[in-house]
Amino acid sequence: MAAAGPGRGEDRPVRTRLAPYLLVAPFFVLFTVTGLFPLLYTGYVSLFSWDLVGDSPGFVGLANYAELLGDDRFGTALVNTLSIFLLATGPQLVVAVGVAALLDAAPRPSTGWRVAVLAPTAMSVVAVGIVFANLFGPRYGLVNAALAGLGLDPVDWQADRLAGHVAIAVMVNWRWTGYNALVVLAAMRAIPPTLYEAAIVDGAGRWRRFRHVTLPLLRPTLLFVVVTSTIGGLQVFTEPKLLDAQPGSANGGASGQFQTVALYVYQSAFETRRLGYASAVAWVLVLLVALLAWVNYRLTRRMAGVDG
Amino acid sequence: MRRQPWRVRALAIATATALITTPSACGTGIAAREPGAPLELSIATFTEFGYEDLLIEYQQKHPGIKVRHQRTGQGGTYHQQLFTRLGAGSGLTDVVAIEEGHLSDALAASRLFQDLAVIGPRDVTGNRWLDWKYAAAKARDGSLIGYGTDIGPLAMCYRVDLFAAAGLPTDPELVKPLFSSWDSYFAAGDDYAARTGKPWFDSAAQIFNAMHNQLATGYFDTDDTLVVATNPAIRQNWDAVTAATRRGQSAGLTAFSAEWEAGFRAGAFATKTCPSWMLGVIKAQAGPANAGRWAVTGAFPGGGGNWGGSYLAVPKQSAHPREAAELAAWLTAPEQQIRAFARTGNFPSQVEALTSPRLLGTVDEYFGGARTGELFAAQARKVSAPQYKGPGDGRIQEAVVTPALRAVEQGTTPEEGWRRLVQGAEKIAR
Repeated sequence: MAAAGPGRGEDRPVRTRLAPYLLVAPFFVLFTVTGLFPLLYTGYVSLFSWDLVGDSPGFVGLANYAELLGDDRFGTALVNTLSIFLLATGPQLVVAVGVAALLDAAPRPSTGWRVAVLAPTAMSVVAVGIVFANLFGPRYGLVNAALAGLGLDPVDWQADRLAGHVAIAVMVNWRWTGYNALVVLAAMRAIPPTLYEAAIVDGAGRWRRFRHVTLPLLRPTLLFVVVTSTIGGLQVFTEPKLLDAQPGSANGGASGQFQTVALYVYQSAFETRRLGYASAVAWVLVLLVALLAWVNYRLTRRMAGVDG
Repeated sequence: MRRQPWRVRALAIATATALITTPSACGTGIAAREPGAPLELSIATFTEFGYEDLLIEYQQKHPGIKVRHQRTGQGGTYHQQLFTRLGAGSGLTDVVAIEEGHLSDALAASRLFQDLAVIGPRDVTGNRWLDWKYAAAKARDGSLIGYGTDIGPLAMCYRVDLFAAAGLPTDPELVKPLFSSWDSYFAAGDDYAARTGKPWFDSAAQIFNAMHNQLATGYFDTDDTLVVATNPAIRQNWDAVTAATRRGQSAGLTAFSAEWEAGFRAGAFATKTCPSWMLGVIKAQAGPANAGRWAVTGAFPGGGGNWGGSYLAVPKQSAHPREAAELAAWLTAPEQQIRAFARTGNFPSQVEALTSPRLLGTVDEYFGGARTGELFAAQARKVSAPQYKGPGDGRIQEAVVTPALRAVEQGTTPEEGWRRLVQGAEKIAR
């Protein structure tokens, strides 16, 4: 770095010229060691047939990726991941905006309420997973007991594919709705009161003000929430691992009916013990996340152009 | 879910570090120790081995040796770490515990373990252990990779009150004919289900695994060829278990799930395949309210069997293999394992320990005053020669067969379940 060439830094002492680089260096060093290097190395490993305890990894080129295309377990995992993602993001967004609107409507902002809303986010995902897996127990679980109380048939959350996805989406929503509500609330607070005043003068009621003033101005924030949900939603791991009745299983249910892609990476690496194949799956996941993030980025820019 | 790219990243790091360090593996260097120089040994165990007091005593007897004990709560996590570090070539302790279900993977990687028959104390021979326990730790090249610690001889446990309600005998001696063979076991299950409409056993996998371990040839033959699809005995067991499941004999409760634990309390099933350590599980899960309702009998369909128990091994990574082997040999001596038994109930695998009055005198009031020490010592002697376990054997059982049987319990046809079993086994064995 700090190439000594003709420029405005030439007459300054070296220390001053180096200082800014040194100040940002810790981030880049850390990122290279813990982020960039493993990422690239995983790509390198994905070109090998590499057993976890084997001694002679063999170079196979893109064979792992070719195999991935015909792997129906990977296809199932991909569909599961997208299904759980949709079930989690949609309701979460609606409820988050609703909760934010309620908090916003309160005459005096209460810290107590905000902390309460944020509390689930701060909890250990494993603790949440264990509690919810118990609640969704097919035979002795509380959810089914409640359903029976309402005169409904019990649901086998661990056997039925869609029910499993719903159970996992509920765990995800429970943890993240509050966090998103606070993000949305911050954006709501930033809307200039003059806009509402103008709308009131025009005779708009509470609902119309929300629908035609608040929501349009929230769009960029909502897109941010969608982007972060996308990145996280494609990596759901702990919830499906804990919903599985068999302790330690990475199978995502007896038939893989709620196995996510992240869980399949783990299974390929530590159960099938094919590190190369697992790395290939991980890389496809990275590309998928990048692709969706890019789509969202384009969307955000367009929306910003239209609205702002 | 959100904000955890660290998960994928952490995996990548683990992978990367594991891989980078591989070339430096296999440093066997048996470092000669100067007499009197201080030495630190380390040992890793999981759950409860009951070694705390024993290790203190070992250090007192061997001044100059300090032993560091690394304990992990969960067996699953422990073994995954064990094999990752084994592959990485560093990070393991001088002595490592290996559970029987993971032994096949360790045997397949026997080149990474010391041959205890070579570096271990001369006076420690196969006579110390039950034949099958000792033989199971021999790799294909004949090296001995582990000293046996404990075992899990199988007996049958049953609910006295449920048996009585179904008109079945309840005395431990009188129920033995029901458990004399798998045919009689499933027939009794049909009988029970017909009279009560309730399940006979907890889960299909618990039955299948016990039946499977009694076969002369398991998932692999001795050339490490996968024979799942070609060994007719495996298919016969599959058909018997899935048919019984379809006739309503299985409660469909996956072993060690929260619902399975609750099932002991609720009396969701009438019989349970019962290795010695299962008595502790039943007591903890069924609770004092059900004391006297569970009984155990010294019979097991198809002869005897073993489920669980561990070994102590010395990885080649260890810088002090001879001292480590000495420690492992001392811990697995009959006197020490008897003391571990008194502390944790882990059933010793040493011939001499099985005749100790302390063990034979054990009585369990919870199970109607059964003489459990005597009972399980007798069951341990019924275990036949160990089945050859090929590489990945334990993982096929856990990650392929168990889910396939669960799928059948959840409505998948036995035919489709079998297809998954064969396909999954081929994936792991490749």
